Amino acid sequence: MSDTPLDISIRHSLSTAQGVISMEVALAVKPGEILALTGPSGAGKTTLLRIVAGLIQPQSGLVRYGSEVWTDTTGQVLRAPQRRPVGFVFQDYALFPHLTVRQNLAFALDRGQDEGIVDELLRAVELTELAGQKPAQLSGGQQQRVALARALVRKPQVLLLDEPMAALDRSMRYRMQDLLLDLHWQYRFMMILVTHDLAEIFRLADRVARLEDGRIAQVGSPGEIYTHNQDLSEEPLLYGEVLSVEVADDQLVVLALIQQQVRRLRLPQALAPQLTPGRSFLLRYSLETPMIELID
Amino acid sequence: MDPEPLWLTLRLATLTTLILFVIALPMAYWLAYSRFKGRSVVEAIIGMPLVLPPSVLGFYLLLAFSPSRAFGQWLESTLGLRLVFSFPGLVVASIIYSLPFMIYPLQAGLQSLPASLREASYTLGKSAWTTFFKVLLPNSKSAILTALVLTFAHTVGEFGVVLMIGGNIPGVTKVASVAIYNEVEALNYDAANQYALVLFVVTFLILSIIYTINNRLLRVRHPA
Repeated sequence: MSDTPLDISIRHSLSTAQGVISMEVALAVKPGEILALTGPSGAGKTTLLRIVAGLIQPQSGLVRYGSEVWTDTTGQVLRAPQRRPVGFVFQDYALFPHLTVRQNLAFALDRGQDEGIVDELLRAVELTELAGQKPAQLSGGQQQRVALARALVRKPQVLLLDEPMAALDRSMRYRMQDLLLDLHWQYRFMMILVTHDLAEIFRLADRVARLEDGRIAQVGSPGEIYTHNQDLSEEPLLYGEVLSVEVADDQLVVLALIQQQVRRLRLPQALAPQLTPGRSFLLRYSLETPMIELID
Repeated sequence: MDPEPLWLTLRLATLTTLILFVIALPMAYWLAYSRFKGRSVVEAIIGMPLVLPPSVLGFYLLLAFSPSRAFGQWLESTLGLRLVFSFPGLVVASIIYSLPFMIYPLQAGLQSLPASLREASYTLGKSAWTTFFKVLLPNSKSAILTALVLTFAHTVGEFGVVLMIGGNIPGVTKVASVAIYNEVEALNYDAANQYALVLFVVTFLILSIIYTINNRLLRVRHPA
């Protein structure tokens, strides 16, 4: 396993739908760690990934991988993305439409690099059979696997993923998460992924960094971040999504998806304004009343 | 009908298209991705031939290339090149005149590609050069085809600029469009009609072939 940490300390101004916000992020990612970046859209998550990859130069600051300086605005260092040991999985996958699956992977080979890695990765993501197809002929999940495999061809030490599973259905996401964990275990890269999906965060991430308006609002283990009340942390905790809400006998009857199953919850009516279909929440079981904690 | 003017038109259009393609590629790339502040000025200059009467452009080129003026003199004394009333002069004038027809489709084609394609190639260790030739151009086939055809067709249809800078020298600068004008002036409507018909049919055929190919390319990229 690589034992190199990544240090990020940058300032950057970011134009968002809400206007220009100033980003100010200091973050240390541990060797081999899986870090989830989360937070509302426009908070600077993708921008942070792009700064690490060298696709954007921050207005000021430093990105350092161990003793290698990748970006240093005071010393005028901006190492080109080509020369950073970084793999990037784009939100739109960015597969080359004119190349087959195999050619997409082979494109990434460095000069003189052993071509065996292409077949190895095709096997790892179970795409050997589809190696001759063009991206347009593949399903979303298959395209996602091609993008992932292609990003790993150069054996990056840092893998950056920008909402890689946003477009996949639930069961496909589960399989992709397994695959990512397998690959992470096998190749031992550091991983930073942007995600909104709580289940994904809990399954994959060692730590979560929550960005808000360009600043890190919270960093910690998923348990620490999402269970505000530490005293209750030993109680069972379930992640759910609201499907529908009705009022009956002065109570809210909420249909929610919890652990892949549709459940009915009876809750105090006071929660009605927050509990709208599509909202995510954590459910705590206690003997008296169920407690709901909303997540945005 | 003397085939010489048609042949000359073909040579002029082919040469102009090829040279312009080579010149326009780097310019289109720069215009598509540069954040240079003076970019709009450069774009306006390139677009001038679209709105300027061809005779205006031809007139200024005639002045510039004239051996009695500084630039024309310099061309003749250092490069031994006379650009007024000569075939090379026609080629140079056509290149300037058709510049926007080559650059704009290429630029628009490059800009329509998702930025992530370029960025993905960079993060996969590939240089801007490799990215341009192996990723961006192969995915801009339709734009390239449009640019080539528009330039070719536009050069075939040139009249004002050609007449101004080239005049009407048989076998040297008398292209088909000028020949049609000559025949009409001499009231040889039959000869004029023959030239006109050939241009009409050839242009129609070229455009039909292009649209067929383009539609096929689009279907490959976005299967129904």
